[in-house]
Amino acid sequence: MDVFVSGLGILAQWQVLVALLIGSVGGVIIGALPGVGAAVAIAILLPATFSFEPIVGLTLLLGIYGSSMYGGAIPAILINTPGTAVNALTTYDGYPMTKRGQAHRALSLAYSASFFGGVFSILCLIILSPLLAMVAPHFGSREIFLAAFMGILLVVLAHRGQTFAAAMLACLGIFLNTVGLEPVKYTRRFTFDQSWLTSGVDLIVVVLGLFAISQALLLLVDKDTAPPKAHVDGNLTTGLKELLGLKRIATVSSSIGVLMGMIPGVGEFTSQFLSYTYAQKSSKTPEKFGKGSPEGLVASEAANNAVPGAAMIPLLALGIPGEALTAMMLSVFYVHNVIPGPQLFANQMDFVMALYMALILLNVIVLVFLLFSTNLLLKIIQIPTRFLGLMILMLSFVGVYSLRNSATDCMLAAGFGVFGLILKRLNLPVVPIILGMVLGGIMEVKLRSAMARVKSPMDFVDRPIAAILALMILLIIVMHIRTLINEHKNRIRPEPTGDDSTTQQG
Amino acid sequence: MRTIKTLQDLFRRYRRPGDIIFALLFLALAIFLLTQLGEQTKMVKRTKWYAQPSLWPTVAVYGMFFFGALHYISSLLSPRIPGRWREVLFWLKSLEFVAYFLIYVFTVPLLGYLPSSVLFALFLCARVGFRSPQMFLAAAVFGVSLAVIFRAFLQVKIPSGQIYELLPDTIRAFALTYL
Repeated sequence: MDVFVSGLGILAQWQVLVALLIGSVGGVIIGALPGVGAAVAIAILLPATFSFEPIVGLTLLLGIYGSSMYGGAIPAILINTPGTAVNALTTYDGYPMTKRGQAHRALSLAYSASFFGGVFSILCLIILSPLLAMVAPHFGSREIFLAAFMGILLVVLAHRGQTFAAAMLACLGIFLNTVGLEPVKYTRRFTFDQSWLTSGVDLIVVVLGLFAISQALLLLVDKDTAPPKAHVDGNLTTGLKELLGLKRIATVSSSIGVLMGMIPGVGEFTSQFLSYTYAQKSSKTPEKFGKGSPEGLVASEAANNAVPGAAMIPLLALGIPGEALTAMMLSVFYVHNVIPGPQLFANQMDFVMALYMALILLNVIVLVFLLFSTNLLLKIIQIPTRFLGLMILMLSFVGVYSLRNSATDCMLAAGFGVFGLILKRLNLPVVPIILGMVLGGIMEVKLRSAMARVKSPMDFVDRPIAAILALMILLIIVMHIRTLINEHKNRIRPEPTGDDSTTQQG
Repeated sequence: MRTIKTLQDLFRRYRRPGDIIFALLFLALAIFLLTQLGEQTKMVKRTKWYAQPSLWPTVAVYGMFFFGALHYISSLLSPRIPGRWREVLFWLKSLEFVAYFLIYVFTVPLLGYLPSSVLFALFLCARVGFRSPQMFLAAAVFGVSLAVIFRAFLQVKIPSGQIYELLPDTIRAFALTYL
C-alpha cells in the first residue's frame, strides 16, 4: 500500500501529467500518420528528454509508445493504409466495414478493443509484479547472458524467409557495439586510428539514422502522395457496448498479446496473426473474416495493443528488450539513470508502480481523446508525404545534434539513414541491428562476469533458471530445424500450382 | 544433381530488385573487416578467452561473413525481379537530400537555429515541388515552431549562431538564449 501511495505521489506531479498528456495525444497523432510511427517519434524525442526528470522523460516516451497503435488503426480502417506496420491486419476487416458504411462502428470497436488489450496487459503486469520481484533477483549474470542470447536467437528466427539477413544484421549490430575503446582492458577496437571512433558508435545515432532519417529520405525521394479525405459520422461510444458481446475474443487475443509480448523478438505481428487465426477458427462465421468481421477487427487490435505493456515485463525485470521500441526505451531508462533489472523491483518499486499507473492513465486519455477528436485527426493525417519527409528530416537534426553538438554524429546518422533506406526498400529487417547492439553489449558484460565463477561448461547451467533457459534455447533451435525439414518436405512434394515468390529460406 | 536441387530449394526466397548488389556489398564489408581483425583488435596476455577484448568483434565479424555469404548465395539462387539499376539509382538519389541535410547541420552554428531552420524548410519545400504560397507559409511556420519548441521551450542543447553576435545589445542576449 505504501508503495502504491508513493507511486501515486510520483505520478501526481504536474510535469508528469503534462508529459503523459502530450505523449498520449502525440502518440495517437504520430501513429495515425502513415509513414511515421512510434519508433521514429521516440528516436527523435529521446535526446530532447535528457534534461527532464527521469519519470517525466519516461512518461512522455512511454505515452508515445503505448498510444501509437491506437492512432494507427484510423487510416487502416478508413483509407486501407495502416498508420503503423502493426495495424496491417486491421485493414482486413476494418476497411471492408468502412466500405459498407460502418466506419464509425469499425473505429469504435477498434478503440474499445485497443483499450481492452492495453489495460489487460497492464493488469497482467501488475499481477505478475510480485512474482517478477521474487524471480528477478535469481537472474545472475549467466541467466541474463542466456536470456539475451535467446532474445537475439528469437529475433533472427522470427524473421521467416529473411533469417540469413536478420542474422547478418544482428551480427552487424553486435559489431557496431564493439567499436571504440574497450572499457575493461582499454584497447581500441576497429577505430582505424580515427579519434571520432574512439568513443564508439552511439546507439541513439544509429537508431535515429535507421528509423528517422531513413524514413525521411524514403518519403522525400519517393513519389508524393496524400491520404484521401475521410469523415466519420455517428456515435463512437457504441463499440464499448458491442465489445461486451465479443469479450471471449478480446480476452483470448489480449492474452496471446501478453504472452507474445513477454517473449523477446516475437512482438505484435505474431500475436496479431495468432489471435486472428484463433478468432477465425473459433468463429461461427469464419467466412466473414477479411470481409468486415467485427471479431477479426477486435482480435487484431486487442492483440497488438496488449504487447507494449507485456514487453515491459522482460525490460523492467531483467533489463532485456524484446524489440526495437523496447530497446529504445531501455536507452531512455539508462539515460535517465534508471537501470531496469532485478534491482529496480527491489529498490524502486514505487517508481515501477508510478509507471504502471501512468500506463493505465495513458489508455484512458487516449480513449477519451479518440472518441471526441477522430475527425480532427483525419484532417491532420492529410499532410503530403514529401512534406512529412521534410518535417522528419528537420526533427531528426534536433535528435542527433542535441546529443553532443557533433557534426560527425550527424554525418554518421545520415550514413545510417541511407543504409536504413536500402534495407527498407529491400524489405530487409532493421530491428536486428538495434537488438544486436543492445543485447550484444549485455552479452559481453554478462559473459565476462559469469565466466569468472565457472570452471566447467556444465557449471554455466547448474542453476535452475540457467538450465531452463539453456533448454529453451536448445528447444527453439530444434523446433526451427524441424520446421525447416517439414517445409522442405512440403516443397518437394509435387503441387498443382507453385508460387516462387513465396518460397522462403530457412 | 538431386543434392544441388535440394540446396537450391532451401536457399530460394523472395528477392527484391537490387538485393544482390546489397548482398555483395555487405559481404565485401564483412571480408574487409575480417582482414582487419588482427590489426584492429588486440589479444591481451594473461587474460582468459572470455575477457579478451577481441572476442566479441571476432564473433560479430565472423557472423557477418558467414551469414552474409549465405544471404548472397540465397540471392544468387532466388528468382530475379527486373529493375536492379533503377533501384540502385533510387538509393543514390537519397544522397542529394543527405547533402542538403549536412549543409543544414553546418549552417546552424553559423546562422543560428531559427534562421537556418526557416531557410532549410523553405528550400526543401521548394525542392520537393511545393511552390504554392500556402506550402511556403506552412514550411516557414514549421521552421519557426521547431526552433521555439526545442530551443526556447525545451532548452535542447543546440549552439547559438555566430551571426547573433552582430545583433544589437537589446536583442542579442535574447537571440543567444532562445533562438
